[in-house]
Amino acid sequence: MKPILLIGWKDLQVTFRDRAALLFMLLAPFLLTLGLALVSGQFSEAGRIEQIPVAIANQDDGQLGQALVKLFQDSTLADLVSPTVVADPEAARRLVDQDQAAAAVIVPAGFTASIVPDDGAAPPAETVAITLVTNPARPIGAGIVRAIVEEYLSRVETGRVGGEVIVRQLVETGRLMPQHIRAAAPAIGSRAVVAAVAEPALRLRAATAASGPADFNPMAVMAPGMALLFLMFTVANGGRSLLAERAQGTLPRLLVAPVTAGQVLVGKLLGTYLAGVAQMLILVVGSALLFGLRWGDPLGVLVLILAAVFAALGWGMLLTALARTPGQVTVGGAALMLIFGLLGGSFVQFGLMPGWWQALSHLTPNAWGLDGFTVLSLGGTLADLGRPLLGLVVMGLALGAVSLLLFSRRSPEKQL
Amino acid sequence: MTPMIAVHQLVKRYNGVAAVKGISFDVKEGEIFSLLGPNGAGKTTTISVLSTLLPPSEGDAAIAGYSVARQPMAVRRLIGVVPQELALYEDLSARENLLFWGRMYGLSGRDLHRRVEEVLALVGLAERSRDRVKTYSGGMKRRLNIGVGLLHRPRVLFLDEPTVGIDPQSRRAILDSVKALNAEGMTILYTTHYMEEAQELSHRVGIMDHGELIALGTQAELTRQVGQCETLLLHIGEAEDPQALAQALQSLPGVQQATATDHQVAVITADAAQVLAPVVARAEQRGIKIHSVDIQEPNLEAVFLHLTGRGLRDR
Repeated sequence: MKPILLIGWKDLQVTFRDRAALLFMLLAPFLLTLGLALVSGQFSEAGRIEQIPVAIANQDDGQLGQALVKLFQDSTLADLVSPTVVADPEAARRLVDQDQAAAAVIVPAGFTASIVPDDGAAPPAETVAITLVTNPARPIGAGIVRAIVEEYLSRVETGRVGGEVIVRQLVETGRLMPQHIRAAAPAIGSRAVVAAVAEPALRLRAATAASGPADFNPMAVMAPGMALLFLMFTVANGGRSLLAERAQGTLPRLLVAPVTAGQVLVGKLLGTYLAGVAQMLILVVGSALLFGLRWGDPLGVLVLILAAVFAALGWGMLLTALARTPGQVTVGGAALMLIFGLLGGSFVQFGLMPGWWQALSHLTPNAWGLDGFTVLSLGGTLADLGRPLLGLVVMGLALGAVSLLLFSRRSPEKQL
Repeated sequence: MTPMIAVHQLVKRYNGVAAVKGISFDVKEGEIFSLLGPNGAGKTTTISVLSTLLPPSEGDAAIAGYSVARQPMAVRRLIGVVPQELALYEDLSARENLLFWGRMYGLSGRDLHRRVEEVLALVGLAERSRDRVKTYSGGMKRRLNIGVGLLHRPRVLFLDEPTVGIDPQSRRAILDSVKALNAEGMTILYTTHYMEEAQELSHRVGIMDHGELIALGTQAELTRQVGQCETLLLHIGEAEDPQALAQALQSLPGVQQATATDHQVAVITADAAQVLAPVVARAEQRGIKIHSVDIQEPNLEAVFLHLTGRGLRDR
């Protein structure tokens, strides 16, 4: 184990002393993120996003469910969203799965009654929750829908609290006798809640626009995209260093030291892995400090980084196993970086691409990584990262196995 | 007594082509043994097999009784290797290189740091030890390359052409270091194509050519093979044809062998003084001007010339 750690640490040292590598690993992602954000107009993104498709399944027969549907159908939101009311939750989910909707809003039966009980009914023990199903391929659209729903729920809560305050004041001023509270309170509360959610949508739109940049800052998508793009550079650079050890004569020297060839290989991989993790962490912390980006649940971000670097390392290993010279890895790595960047959503949103493109994109760690970072930026936690984490780990394992097979088939003479 | 290095019928093939063709020799503990031969003779391949870098195709070799084929890890703990090509991390300093390699060989703590200081002093890099290797001259890199090989106090040190391409001062420092290490009891296998280095350093010499060990013994034993012959080394102009002169001299009485090298013709003879005048006259007859003549006592170059008909530095 010790030789592996020694080789890994030595490689990390060498990598972080290479100024050209640092330029690509750290400076370039920052500059590109900043540049793309400026070019695309980071805070005018909402103006460019139009007709976000939303599926709504309203199973609530009360006023609040209807009010939410009306809110999405309101003319003031007509430019921003394009709602489709469907009969049942499954139909709504299907639209998201088929990428025909950025999100599905499912209002379950009893939603209104759980907030504003019918006359004479007992207050509910627990509020019935609205379900929001988001489409990871349309992170910004899904985020805006979430913001609208959250704003709506905030109004519901405001109305409910307002109703309670009204009832209390009526009792305190003697205009409502305590014995009449049970009969009158539901009606008062209901009116207050309905009035709150029925306020002019213009105000809601303004609220969405104001909260949009904070929640869906396009840099929050671009920064992980750029970080994942240049992660491919780092893993290719690591592969190049393995072949460079051969070219500079240090690989034969390592192989006559009292270590096995396997320890040397794992040590080299560890060095590249550590460099990739360090790069991603520096970019995450740096962008949070410099651009105020919120990446989401820190534990989720850390685990996602570990998995993304693992998957990217698999591609780096494969590239190294197929190449014969450091130059081939450099050229191949640059090509892979750009292709994966384009395919994996580092430059272009998945949502704008055709279905086959989106399917193909998940051959890249970039796409899985972006899926995960989107989940986290939309408020998800480590528990919500199952799919992207699984995708990344399986990719890393599969590519690693193929690469090791290719390495093992090389004769000792060819390894030197 | 078990030899420190025992090589038995060693064969190494690359893609079916034999680079080493069944060589056998022993090296005693505390001995400096040189493998002398031109480029491509199989010296580096031999060291690669002995240091466990490459597996033998046939035969075997043992270091202190451990087989290089079957017990490579045991062998690696005993040996140090100074490869022909520089094998250093140029973005690290000399000290960092030595610390890394020392740890790879299991050194740690005070022992490691003390040893690093000793080696830095030995190779004359103590003052530049914190500078990155990429800022060093070729000679400094060569010396550090050697320092890495002997850092862990190996019982056997393989030095593969350690003086190629360096200045005379660095070469002298390296040769002196090799002698000092041997005086401490280290067994050394040294490869070179410089006859002078083999003569200066070695207790015994093995001469290799085309993958075969064509001669083996002490210097005296080897030179005895060419008898009491001397070598006349004729230096001619760049425009002259050394092949034509060698052919012309071959038929002269008293000339045992005449061989052309770069702008030189080497004439092996029993009595250099006696053949000198006819040699010069024959050259004049052919219109070839001799610039200068050296008369050499029997040496390893003459032995190689005698055995192969070629000079050590011929291609």
